[in-house]
Amino acid sequence: MTAATIFFAVLFYAATVILVAGLAYKIVDYARTPAPLKIPTTPAPTTNGGVALRMLREVALFESLFKSNLWIWVFAILFHGALLLVLMRHLRYFTEPVWFWVGWVQPFGLYAGFAMVAGLLGLWARRFLVERIRYISTPSDHLMLALLAGIGGSGLAMKFLMHTDIVAVKAFFLGLMRFDIQPLPSHPGLYIHLTLVALLMIVFPMSKLLHAPGVFFSPTRNQADNPREKRHLAPWAAELDAKN
Amino acid sequence: MAAPEFDVPELKEFRTIPRLAPDVMAHSKPHVASEKINEAIGFPGELVENWQEKAIEKMGDLLGKYRSLKVYLDSCVHCGACTDKCHYFLGTGDPKNMPVARQDLLRNVYRRYFTPAGKLFPKLVGAKDLTRDVLDDWYRYFNQCSECRRCSVFCPYGIDTAEITMAGRAIMDSIGLGQKYSNEILGKVNRIGNNLGLPGPALEDTLLGLEEDVKEDTGVDVKFPLDVKGAEVLLITPSADFFAEPHIDSLIGYAKVFHAAGISWTLSSKASEAGNFGLFNGSYEMMRKVALRIREAALELGSKRIVVGECGHAWRVAYSYWNTLTGVGAGGDDPFARQLQSQLDQRYKQPMHICEFTWDLIQRDVLKFDKEANDHRIVTFHDSCNVARASRMGDTPGGQFEIPRNIIKTVANKYFEMPHGTTHEQTFCCGGGGGVLTDELTEIRVKGALPRMEALNHVVQANGVNFMATICAICKAQFTKVLPYYKFNRGMVGGVHQLVSTAIQLGDK
Repeated sequence: MTAATIFFAVLFYAATVILVAGLAYKIVDYARTPAPLKIPTTPAPTTNGGVALRMLREVALFESLFKSNLWIWVFAILFHGALLLVLMRHLRYFTEPVWFWVGWVQPFGLYAGFAMVAGLLGLWARRFLVERIRYISTPSDHLMLALLAGIGGSGLAMKFLMHTDIVAVKAFFLGLMRFDIQPLPSHPGLYIHLTLVALLMIVFPMSKLLHAPGVFFSPTRNQADNPREKRHLAPWAAELDAKN
Repeated sequence: MAAPEFDVPELKEFRTIPRLAPDVMAHSKPHVASEKINEAIGFPGELVENWQEKAIEKMGDLLGKYRSLKVYLDSCVHCGACTDKCHYFLGTGDPKNMPVARQDLLRNVYRRYFTPAGKLFPKLVGAKDLTRDVLDDWYRYFNQCSECRRCSVFCPYGIDTAEITMAGRAIMDSIGLGQKYSNEILGKVNRIGNNLGLPGPALEDTLLGLEEDVKEDTGVDVKFPLDVKGAEVLLITPSADFFAEPHIDSLIGYAKVFHAAGISWTLSSKASEAGNFGLFNGSYEMMRKVALRIREAALELGSKRIVVGECGHAWRVAYSYWNTLTGVGAGGDDPFARQLQSQLDQRYKQPMHICEFTWDLIQRDVLKFDKEANDHRIVTFHDSCNVARASRMGDTPGGQFEIPRNIIKTVANKYFEMPHGTTHEQTFCCGGGGGVLTDELTEIRVKGALPRMEALNHVVQANGVNFMATICAICKAQFTKVLPYYKFNRGMVGGVHQLVSTAIQLGDK
């Protein structure tokens, strides 16, 4: 057992705990904070079914962004869609036997790696080229893109430039899941890839990546437009009625 | 009109996104409310000594009460989709008028005091201490937002800058840095019953005068009843309708509709105001207090229906919030809501917009019109932001766009739409909403009106439009003021019920 194996095992346990606990904390916090007023951006669906559909369009197709800016939409869809395929492709490292559809998605996931990096570079370019977006960009905005591009780049490098022993990598991760630590191949590309992934998991619950759970809690998108038909009252606001 | 002390933007045929001009509007800020004004509505008279601590405390309080604020401060990814959507940015080029940058004024402070990343690595994430400079920026730029929600249409997470602006203003109010215009009005509405400070007897005189005017004009006894118990409809309308031009012509229009339909109605001297500036200041309690006057008036007068006149933010409060705040609506099963809801006639929508009311009568063939009476007008329609993006009319989403247009097309022959992307839910604010309709903010109001003026110019040039109808008291007042800056006739703006008033046949002549 090398020191690197132990280091990455500890790192991934820690990162997983931070990601899961951090996200759970944020989600519970969002869910517990009341939305005292009806503020859907109208025209809005009048039923809960309609709201679910609106949310689905927003999350799957980035409907509002499409209306807003075609360039950002193209790069964003490219990045997020590709990321989804890449994540599905990576499920093969965590399942034994590999689920049939994960096998089916493998070739798509491979090309998606390039699409993902292309999307990221497009988004990044806008931070330099568009004056308005340059103005609002903070160092963390650039670092986040660097982190994601680094993950994509190191992953592609391992596929096309310097192979690593992926059977051993899979054994390592299956081992982590069973609390039976297996040796991790000694490979600089792999070390870089895994360090960046762990970093991403750690910063997720305390960064703007919270937009992922956040969108589901956005009152302008998740409320039904029915204020005249149904009285909407937050607990702290209901107390005011009692005093009247 | 005195010569402006600033350059009025040029009207271009195609809208262009300006280059950034940092701090070009940094001099623009409203008068600070006096001690007397602030204290009258329960805020500290002047900036409190430990304002920094108090402001952070208030921010924490709001974060616990408003999910919108918490989620929106966390979720922005700085994608830039909103950066070219705000009329104040398009009209000025000041980058702090880009919605994301406006939000960041608050978000940077939130990060510093409420998030681990901002506490540990402030520079990295752009977190900032709440210094006097930051507070000054809040006061400038949260008072250069009309809370029109156009940005929220385009944000992939639905982040609504209005929610952030409201929180910013609520924090400033809580530390004694209130804005004079809005806070003075809140004092008046609470003390006297309307935003203009028009007392009951004066209102009665005004209404009697109107009856005489209409009689002279039409030969018909159209009534303008006040405080009539047992009248079927209680009409709640912005107080500007009682005397300001062109607002008053719409009030005459409502009265004629009630008359022609034979439906009894009344105004209330206690609730002689539909407007609710509590919305602009982000104060739930204040908004509720102002709205409760309407509940009380309805209970006292025994009204069966509540109808709201032409006012954008008032309709937002009425449609979206009255049921929550005061129980005007349906579906409440608590004692507070039941008291009023059992009195209201639930066969009708409660509250109902005057346009819904009139359109319903038109569809039932109750009203007759002489359309040609409006032939001197070539009409377009300006969607008011709070009606378009924060409320609805009728039974289906988008009714708020169709119903006013349907009325216009019923009463006038010549109608043209302004260009796509400037109407419906993408409508541009008039530039004067959300509590900025005050003289010291004239420059930002004129510049903020630019996108609307360009759209209007389009139909003026192409179709000869000479009348822009709208259903908002603030839009009417704002356009009356800014149209001349762009070389348009101030009389071009008017209400939908002004058109109704011109064409309606009263029958019993």
